[in-house]
Amino acid sequence: MESTIQFNSGAPAVQMIDITKTFGTVVANNKVSLEIRRGEILSLLGENGSGKTTLMNMLSGIYYPDSGTIMVDGRPVSIRSPKDAFDLRIGMIHQHFKLVDVLTAAENIILGLNEKFVLDLKNVRKTVEEICGRYGFTVDPNKKVYNMSVSEKQTLEIVKVLYRGADILILDEPTAVLTPQETQKLFAVMRNMKEDGKSIVIITHKLHEVMEISDRVAVLRKGEYIGDIATKDTDPQQLTDMMVGRAVSLNIDRPDPVNPVRRLTVTGLTVIDDDGVKKLHNVSFAAMGGEILGVAGISGSGQKELLEAIAGLRIIESGDITYYEPHTGKAVSLLGMNPRDIKRLGVRLAFVPEDRLGMGLVGSMDLADNMMLKSYKKGRLPLTERKSPKQLAEKVVQDLEVVTPSISTPVRKLSGGNVQKVLVGREVEGDPTLLLSAYAVRGLDINTSYTIYRLMTEQKQRGAAVVYVGEDLDVLLELADRILVLCSGQVSGIVDARTTTKEEVGLLMTHLGAMQTEPADDKEVEA
Amino acid sequence: MDQLISLFTTAVTFGTVIMYGAMGEILTEKSGNLNLGVPGIMYIGGIAGLIGSFFYENGNPNAIPFVGMLIALVCAFAAAALAGLLYSFLTITLRANQNVTGLTLTIFGAGFANYFGGSLNTMAGGVGQISVALTSGVFRYSVPALKTIPVAGQLFFSYGYMVYLAIILAIVLNWVISRTSVGLNLRAVGENAATADAAGINVTRYKYLATCIGAGISGLGGLYYVMDYIKGTWANDGNIEALGWLAVALVIFATWKSVRAIWGAYLFGALYWLYNFVPSFIELLNNTFGWSIPPMTRAMQQIIQMLPYVVTIIVLLFVSFRKRKEDQPPASLGIPYFREER
Repeated sequence: MESTIQFNSGAPAVQMIDITKTFGTVVANNKVSLEIRRGEILSLLGENGSGKTTLMNMLSGIYYPDSGTIMVDGRPVSIRSPKDAFDLRIGMIHQHFKLVDVLTAAENIILGLNEKFVLDLKNVRKTVEEICGRYGFTVDPNKKVYNMSVSEKQTLEIVKVLYRGADILILDEPTAVLTPQETQKLFAVMRNMKEDGKSIVIITHKLHEVMEISDRVAVLRKGEYIGDIATKDTDPQQLTDMMVGRAVSLNIDRPDPVNPVRRLTVTGLTVIDDDGVKKLHNVSFAAMGGEILGVAGISGSGQKELLEAIAGLRIIESGDITYYEPHTGKAVSLLGMNPRDIKRLGVRLAFVPEDRLGMGLVGSMDLADNMMLKSYKKGRLPLTERKSPKQLAEKVVQDLEVVTPSISTPVRKLSGGNVQKVLVGREVEGDPTLLLSAYAVRGLDINTSYTIYRLMTEQKQRGAAVVYVGEDLDVLLELADRILVLCSGQVSGIVDARTTTKEEVGLLMTHLGAMQTEPADDKEVEA
Repeated sequence: MDQLISLFTTAVTFGTVIMYGAMGEILTEKSGNLNLGVPGIMYIGGIAGLIGSFFYENGNPNAIPFVGMLIALVCAFAAAALAGLLYSFLTITLRANQNVTGLTLTIFGAGFANYFGGSLNTMAGGVGQISVALTSGVFRYSVPALKTIPVAGQLFFSYGYMVYLAIILAIVLNWVISRTSVGLNLRAVGENAATADAAGINVTRYKYLATCIGAGISGLGGLYYVMDYIKGTWANDGNIEALGWLAVALVIFATWKSVRAIWGAYLFGALYWLYNFVPSFIELLNNTFGWSIPPMTRAMQQIIQMLPYVVTIIVLLFVSFRKRKEDQPPASLGIPYFREER
């Protein structure tokens, strides 16, 4: 136990000693010991599935450890529920916001507190304004949550925790949904809270954020505690090594496009969703065979609608989508076609949707049956042909190292990374000429992510036009050839991924038409 | 004129049965539980109240009517709440499918009540029809001085106390749900149980309590029907079940707000009995204007009895088109909650 703490006020804020937590046969945390000191920002770093969130959920009372001790201010405590955590002045801001949509900000803040039997919202408003003033953010107490933006919701979550008097704040992947600019604002607030003597834990896997905001980094790997280190004494390479256990290259292999040909042009595309909201407005671009077109944007800027419109899953308000056949160069319009029509045309379109188990695969069906979803028309109707899907499933399992008991296991029993491998494996199987993918690496660990990047690049080298919607700008800059930036449903720029900077893309994501001249335009003309 | 007054009072009487059923279901649904067992629960409430007062009146030569009424009330509420507890255990603790459990409860409740109703009739001997006249008298008591006021007395003061209790209960329920911290917590549980849990609310306790109390309130609807409308007897006519389904429809009609259920219930009651008044209305028109509208057929009668459901469908359409978030059902209605599910 260390005693050299800044405030010399005795024990550290929190000590977790030998914490173990299992879910069934999966060990999420194995004898993890972690210390949170007063007035520090601690980064909890680890790959997906390394047990970061589970560990912190035991501090916030969502889970209860199987064994081990938790000490707060030097006293052993038992945290059985979120309420126990509040009483110990611990508050967690979850990755998926814990807010009730139809309630106002003020109502969400006092939820579960039972301060008075009859609600006294006036008093709440006053306290909220006080908190906002102290740390420098704004919350409208009367605004309903369903009218709020993502960053407003996050601010509300922080205020909620502070209202409950938290001194120890845990933020689970807080920047995942924010733009670079909003992230900076959040970091400023975090620094203010630290100045105020609060302890902050930030769960993340973004290394540059770790370097920027934290005082100390603690690393978890596969449920084990690897160690901690002062941020100023380390660098991203060392942290990556700690995280994955061996040195991995952060470089993604990006061969230059060979002889790119026009494969798909979208002109003036406008899409209105079921709620009558205009999701895409006058979107125009071209995708080339033999290159990866990255799509960047704040989540919900129309990425999903764009891919679904091309795949024939959405009604198009106006505009045109034209596909050019690879060999003949013949142009065909995909307008008003459903996926079956598109397939019948001979377009080999592969689609890796964002919602893997909703749109991509059927969770309760096994691997082989899921493969069949693309070939159910084969065989002597009404009987299906089962042999080749089985072979395909076996091939995907082998090639992509899918961890599964057998090919007759329902896919929902697989982990997220393996589910995605099954889906991508099936989609790239038919040698697609056009590959659409949305957030293909969301929730996947680094190794699986790199497998996916490799598959995308392979398809590009095969001559497919790859449209890759991503959220990690670092990856987009290294993987894609060109980047299309969407901002509230409009194209705010198309940039060359090799020459652009993260700041430039970030600016385009938030400001429509921030840049007037797009070098990528010339490229389009050439092609 | 008499016809109109009569339609009004029948509407209020039947509306009150529906209102109790709907209020209980609103409370239940606010916690995220969709209990389709309302008709069964109303049956159970009705028969339990009848059994309680029957044994009290039969075994006690000097039975005090007021005590009989209290016994009936407690028995009805407790038995219905017990049915709610069964539903809660199955759906909350064992996470059984809510629709299946609720429908089963309706079938069970109807069978249970009609079986014991028949038994009671046999036990009563004589004409084979039991009657708890004393208790029923208290339920049907109305202040004579007020009742005899011309027109207004008939319209507003001719009912038993449970009619007024229903209105008060609807207002109190609305206040609790929208203005108190308990109500706020309950709404959060029904909207987003995970969020409520993270905010330190005991989700399981709220769901259990709301479902059991809700079932108890629904059960009072059955009791009111038995004690007031059929005057403390038992009839295997299936009316309670029909009214129970109307109560489920009324929850949607009232967009989960108990004060809206007040006039909604009376409207449903009026529509339900409208067919009874159509013949005399036709006669009136024919006599006054010399028209010759043919008399109502049985098919026509059944079409008119469908009106409450038609109105509910129209409201559903309207609410869906308007998409006002506040008029939508609780967001996690019908979805079980399990904390460690990932």
